[in-house]
Formats: sequence, structure tokens, C-alpha cells
Amino acid sequence: MRRAGVVALNTFREAVRDRVLYNLVFFALLMMAAAIFVGQISIGIEEEVMKSLGLSAISVIGLLIAVFIGVGLVYKEMDKRTLYALLAKPVRRWEFLLGKFGGLVLTLAVNTLAMTAGLFAALLYVKHHIERADAVLLIAIYFILLKLMLVVALALLFSCFSTPLLAILYTSAFYVAGLFVVDMRTFHFAGETPAMVAFMRGLSYLLPNFENFNVMAPAAHGTEISRALILQNTAYSALYCGIVLLAAAAVFSRRNLK
Amino acid sequence: MPIGLIDDEAELPKNESMPAAAIEIENLTKDYPFGFLHLKKKRSLEGLTMQVENGEVFGFLGPNGAGKSTTIKLLVGLIFPEAGTARILGKPIRDIEMHRNIGYLPEQPYFYDYLTAAEVLDYFARFHDLTAADRKERVTRMLKKVGLETAGKIQLRKYSKGMLQRVGLAQAILHDPQVVILDEPMSGLDPIGRREVRDIILELKRAGKTVMFSTHILSDAEMLCDRVGVIVGGKLRGVGAPGEIVGMKAQGMEILFELPGGASNAAGIAAEATKTGDRYRMHVAEEELYGALDQLHAAGAKVLSVTQVKPSLEEYFMHLVEADRAQGAAVEVSGK
Repeated sequence: MRRAGVVALNTFREAVRDRVLYNLVFFALLMMAAAIFVGQISIGIEEEVMKSLGLSAISVIGLLIAVFIGVGLVYKEMDKRTLYALLAKPVRRWEFLLGKFGGLVLTLAVNTLAMTAGLFAALLYVKHHIERADAVLLIAIYFILLKLMLVVALALLFSCFSTPLLAILYTSAFYVAGLFVVDMRTFHFAGETPAMVAFMRGLSYLLPNFENFNVMAPAAHGTEISRALILQNTAYSALYCGIVLLAAAAVFSRRNLK
Repeated sequence: MPIGLIDDEAELPKNESMPAAAIEIENLTKDYPFGFLHLKKKRSLEGLTMQVENGEVFGFLGPNGAGKSTTIKLLVGLIFPEAGTARILGKPIRDIEMHRNIGYLPEQPYFYDYLTAAEVLDYFARFHDLTAADRKERVTRMLKKVGLETAGKIQLRKYSKGMLQRVGLAQAILHDPQVVILDEPMSGLDPIGRREVRDIILELKRAGKTVMFSTHILSDAEMLCDRVGVIVGGKLRGVGAPGEIVGMKAQGMEILFELPGGASNAAGIAAEATKTGDRYRMHVAEEELYGALDQLHAAGAKVLSVTQVKPSLEEYFMHLVEADRAQGAAVEVSGK
């Protein structure tokens, strides 16, 4: 695990030096612009608009980073052959994968933390105070982070056996499909057979359920989020990430580096 | 480049339990898939069996695509064999503990270009459970050893190919491994760099390390190696001392001479020799040497040197390559 930590810190350092965190400048500008103009265009609902906009921006920016950097985590190392000298050291392949995953999750966590601070600063500007109900935002942001972890795990898995372009397609497809898993269980169409219904139902349980992590609407309105959902999402994300990382390790441990 | 000891000689491992052979390879076979759905396979290495003894410098020779890098990648665990086994210092190559005692320089190495050389070395040193103070001391020492002490704080994206090769060499020997495996270590280096790498290899040998390196620069192999192995078309064609492997029989004598302006019969002698600048080279059979010297003396030629001509490793090498090409080069197997 210590060796995975060494890889993780280096992955974080790579993200910082490759100016990944520069996206924060964009987020800061967006929040500033929103804070200034939101009062003029939305009478009485400035707070909700600010919260929705902030959470959406945190989610979209995080997703872009998770997908576009995640798909290159392993592929880039193989393509540029930076992995060769590393794997000759006493480091197991799964430790390398875990380190790459941890490094990008750390990058996303730092990024999300900075954006959270920006969102609260913008809210403070609009409302002139922060109240206890705003803490729900933190739970929504925590859920976004859990969702991003899952996306990183998927991108890492696809990165182990396909090109970045295909890995982007696969990861995006899983993400979009994962937003509709509940619909897949309830959707009915003409001419369906029991076998098709069972297949769709089974598939809906195999796909990651990203809809569970979406609490933006209640968070924007300050509605409380149950403790059970927090526990459920935490356990779900950990379990799903674990399974996907195990699959990635299984694929990568047999991979010949050319 | 200042050359110091790899590590204190007094600390050299005199390991009684160490196996006689540092690297043992038995029947190692590797196929590379190709074509649609990767159903066809090209055999890159076929039944390689050989040993590299402890403390020797072993040269692995062969043309491009012969299987040198494949063998080395198999040994360090970057690829996996179809058949066969290999052990380094008595440990199977899949054993992670084996990696503690090996150093590896990949062919045309490339490292994280957002890091400096010192940061790359420190990063790799962290996988060897070294303390922060030890890491710092080793990184400084290695940068000095490979001649990068002044460039150690520059990001690698600004490094030349030769400088990257030096970083690669430094990371390979940073943790003082017992076995050092170098894939084309002279590649990309200028004559000075090659000389420095040769010095490091000889220094490793003096420190009791085992060095295996692949190359197609035969003069380096002749100069450095205790033994060489020649691989062509994925098959090992010979192993032995460089002199032993090509045979010691002289192929004749070469006479180097000058013809001063007043030399008599100069035109006749010159016609039998090859002119290089203002000097001539004449190749004669061993038994004809004295007759030729008398003839040169009589003609007023100034003899500069007489050298015995032996078949070089290069000639031996080219002979094998040509024989292999004639037989149809690499073996292809399909649907295996």
C-alpha cells in the first residue's frame, strides 16, 4: 500500500504540473459572474440558482477531469513507456493501478474542495451570510465526489485495454446508461417478452447507478438528505469501485507491454 | 565524468547461498499476436536456454528484431512467456522480491517529463524502502556519476536523448542492485557518453555486480564482455567469450606502409595494395608475409605496421544473420 501511495502522490503531482487545476480559474470566474448577475435575472431565487449552478459546475468540471485524465492514466504510461522502468522496481501491477486511481481521486478531491470554497464564497456574496441549511450542499458535493470516484475507476478499467478515444466512449456510455438504471427497471414497451424484461432488469443492476448520487435539487432547496442515503451511497461507491478496480487489476496483470 | 565506486567494496556481498548463475533462462518462448483479432502469432523467441554467471559482463547480441529486448522484457516482468522459466539470483521472475536486486534500463528510456532528474530518481528510490537521507545521498551521487549534477534540477522535457539515457542508467543502479540489465545502453549516446557508460559497466563489474546488456554495437561487446550470446531470429546461435565464439584462427596478415617519392617499382606495389590517404594496406597470407616484406623493402617502401587479421565478432555476426535470412528469417506460427 505504501508503494501505491508513492504512485498516487506522483499522479497528483503530474496533474498539478500539467496545470489540471487551472480549471479552478474558470470555476472562479463563473461563480463571480453568477454572483454579480444572478440577482438581476432571478428575483427571489438567487440562492437556489447559485447553488444549482455551483453544484452543476462542480459535477461537470469533475466529470471532464475524471474521464479525460482517467482514460490516459494507464494508456499514457504504456504508450510513453514511462511504465517500463517502474514495473522493474519492486512494485506490483495492482499497486500501480491503485496508486493511479488514488492519485486522480486525490486531484479531484483537492479540486472539488477548492470549488466548494468558491461556491460558499459566492453564496456569502449573494446572501451575506451562511446558514446551517447550507451544509446540505456539502453532502451533495460529497456525493459528486463519490460519483467521480466511480467514473475514475471505470475510466481506469477501460484504459487498461483500449485506446483513450475508445475508453472515453466506453466510460461516457456507462455514465449515461448509469443515469437511467431506475428507468430500465420500470420501463415497458410494446412486444416485450419476460426474457427481455429480465435482461433489462439484470443489466440495470450491473450498471453503476449514478442517479442515486444526484441530490442537487434537494440540496439547492435546503432539503435534508437522509443519513441512510449517505451510508448507502458511500457503501455502494466503495463496493462498485472495488469490483471495477479488481477487474482492472485482473486485466492489467496479464497485459504484455510492447 | 568522475567515476567512484558503485558502493563500498568492503560491503560487497559475498553471499555463500547465492546461486552460481545470476540469470538462468530455460526454454523461454514468446509469441506476439498480430492480424485481425490477434489470431495469428509471430514467434519472437524460441526455446531460449542460457545462463549468465555471477559477476560477469554478458553481452546479448543480435540484429533488430532478433529477440534481445523481448528476452530482457521477459526477465524484468514486462511481458509474459508462452513457455519456459527464468530465475534471477535463484528467484522466479514473477517473484516481486526478485525486483529488489535488479536494475533495468529500458531501450530508449522515457520518464515523466514534468519531473526533474533528481525527482525521478527520488521517485524510483522510494520503491526500495530507502530512508529520506539515504535517498538524497544516492540521488546526488548518481547524478554526479552520470554527469548530470548540473542538470539535476531541470525538467526532463528539456533533456536530450543522451541525457535521458543517463537518467535511465542512474535509476537502474541507484539502489545498488546485484544484477543490472541494460537494453541498448549505448543507444543515443555520443562517443563521450558511450565511453562513460562503458566505464560504469566496468566499474559495476569491479564491484562484483552481474551485468547483462543488449547491443548491436559489436566493438562495445568485444571490449566489455566476459561472454556474449548471439541471438538471431529468436534463436540463440552461440554463447561464449567473444574470442572463443568467433574462433581464433588468423585469416592472414595486414601490412601498413608508405611509399616515399623515390621508391622504385612503386606503381607495381601500389597496384596490389589499398590506398588510404598517403598510406597503403596490403593483405597477404601468413606464409607469404616475409616474401611481401622483402619485396616492399626492395622497393624502398617504409613499413609502418604488420597486424594479424582475425575474424571479428562483426563478421561472425553477419555470417549468422545472412545464414538466418537464407533460411527464411523468423518463424511464424498461426492460431497457436
